[in-house]
Amino acid sequence: MGEIVLDRVTKVFDNGFVAIDDVSLTAADGEFMVLVGPSGCGKSTLLRMIAGLEEATAGSISIAGRDVTDLAPRHRDIAMVFQNYALYPHMDVRRNLGYGLKVRKTRAAEIDRRVTEVARLLGLEQLLDRKPAALSGGQRQRVAMGRAIVREPTAFLMDEPLSNLDAKLRVTMRSELSRLHDRLGVTTLYVTHDQVEAMTLGQRVAVLRDGVIQQVDSPQALYARPDNLFVAAFIGSPAMNLVEATVGDGQVAFAGWELPLEPARRPARAGRVILGIRPESFEDAALADAGLPAVEVEVVVVEELGSDSHVIFPIDAPRVEAEELRAAADHEDDALLADDRSLWNARVSSKTDAEPGQRLRLAVDPGALYFFDPDSGASLTVGARATAAAV
Amino acid sequence: MSAAAAPRRRRRKGKGRLGWNLLALAIFVVMIFPVYWMFATAFKSTDDINRLKPTWFPTHPTLQHFRDAMDRPYFWSSVVNSMIIVGITVAISVALAFLAAIALSKFRFTGREVFIVLLIGIQMLPQVGLVIPLYVVLAKYHLTQDQGVYLGVIITYMTFALPFAVWTLRGFLVNIPKELEEAAMVDGSSRMGAFVRILLPLVAPGLVATSVFVFITSWNEFVFAYVLLNDQSKQTITVWLSEFYGTSRQVDWGGLMAGSILAAIPVLAFFGFVQRKIAFGLTAGAVKA
Repeated sequence: MGEIVLDRVTKVFDNGFVAIDDVSLTAADGEFMVLVGPSGCGKSTLLRMIAGLEEATAGSISIAGRDVTDLAPRHRDIAMVFQNYALYPHMDVRRNLGYGLKVRKTRAAEIDRRVTEVARLLGLEQLLDRKPAALSGGQRQRVAMGRAIVREPTAFLMDEPLSNLDAKLRVTMRSELSRLHDRLGVTTLYVTHDQVEAMTLGQRVAVLRDGVIQQVDSPQALYARPDNLFVAAFIGSPAMNLVEATVGDGQVAFAGWELPLEPARRPARAGRVILGIRPESFEDAALADAGLPAVEVEVVVVEELGSDSHVIFPIDAPRVEAEELRAAADHEDDALLADDRSLWNARVSSKTDAEPGQRLRLAVDPGALYFFDPDSGASLTVGARATAAAV
Repeated sequence: MSAAAAPRRRRRKGKGRLGWNLLALAIFVVMIFPVYWMFATAFKSTDDINRLKPTWFPTHPTLQHFRDAMDRPYFWSSVVNSMIIVGITVAISVALAFLAAIALSKFRFTGREVFIVLLIGIQMLPQVGLVIPLYVVLAKYHLTQDQGVYLGVIITYMTFALPFAVWTLRGFLVNIPKELEEAAMVDGSSRMGAFVRILLPLVAPGLVATSVFVFITSWNEFVFAYVLLNDQSKQTITVWLSEFYGTSRQVDWGGLMAGSILAAIPVLAFFGFVQRKIAFGLTAGAVKA
């Protein structure tokens, strides 16, 4: 049983920085769990603590029912894949793969058998006698993966293993990783800052911010029912559109517009809220159900992706300033042009006639609105809360 | 880009490269000439050497100067003394420097930056300025007489070799990603095991390069050896060489040059023996460049 249990784990660095703050998390046996968050949120530190490369300041870590909090990395029976692969440069691929077995005093014949088997699984047979320097990025990545697999450990820990690959290879490796996990069924903890990777790979995803777990859920649930503003802004691409709004009797007013509220999906209370609308909840009114409420916007940019189009338009309201959103954006200042107005993104059908400089009517699905408390950032969406609890 | 532009640019680039090559050749000639002159003189007959109009090549090559040099008193004892002193200096200073360099490159501690700066600063002191103070200190601990003088010279050499060796080895070590050791530790090695199986093989070229440099500088050191090693039976090869000047009014140039070549042989041999190991860039491919 390869269950990983973190119980109230805390990490305080020598300089007083709290990297991990009272985290409890359980990855079930055989589960593929992704730790995701912006850079500096502590996700790599958490993974390194599970590996034993960082000591826990408080709390306990157990792997497969065994308390490993104070054990050296080699006694934890885990394998780790590093972001930069960390292949041993003075050893060829065969010895890289077999290193873990050799230091564990496995018989030579057995090492040979397992290395050959893993090399076949990952398509490395032709490369066994090469040194890492003579391998391409994708091949190195495979060797790093193979070095983990060959040990047949209780759990895999992967620290952004795909981030050094180019975009195309990353997509291929992503699906291969999924298949590999289906085949081996080994508990996997996977760290990434890329929410697309998190959504596509993870059976469950833990969203981390400033060393605190924000939400642990299936990718679909994170997308549909974010617990707070940070998760809402972090999960989804393009990101959710946000604005300060006022909830009145059966409608919500923002940026000079009003939208009716659906009884099934309302905020828990009236008054000042932050309203969130995902880009995909918009549609060109000309192509949408005529019964939907619509807003008229001034198009500034149209990004045609072929499958659909992104319509970018300003709204008559300032950008939402919240600490959570800056953290989720992962950039200090990502605005290229100085503009006080907030720019929104609508994902519409590629059949749209929208052109920059023209006005466009956009239909909005009132059943897909999100509401958050402007002070705490907590979700106020009633329908969402109820379903989240049911899952 | 027009078709005509490409060849013109190539021609200009070609001209620039020729200029650099000529400059490099000139520098090479300036550097190699003294070495050539040393070899040529060593094989020339005494008549050729003393001719007012110098000859470029030994017209009647002879090994007489080598025979003379090796027959001179204290040649063999000087070689042995140099070997002992330099060998011990290299062994101790590289071993100590390696440990210090690991501390400096792999661990964080208070005063680390200051220490690194000090290492560089110390090397800026002129060595000659330290002759008197060092002599006084060594004399106080009876390291300027009898057998103690060997230890005195070794300690003196180490004061110069250590900072340099620590500095160079630190450079090699910081280039080895810490993930390599971590990967080994997760794979099943102890910290010591990761050190021996991963770090040590990777830093080996650095150890070799550093030893070569310490060997060369200590082997060629003259001033301290001259001051401390008064007894001819304890002198090093550089001090022995200097006696070609002092013992007679006329300098035996042939003997001096032959002696210089003989003195250089151990350095060349040591370098030739270990240079295979100096394969820089061995860590290439460990991590994404």
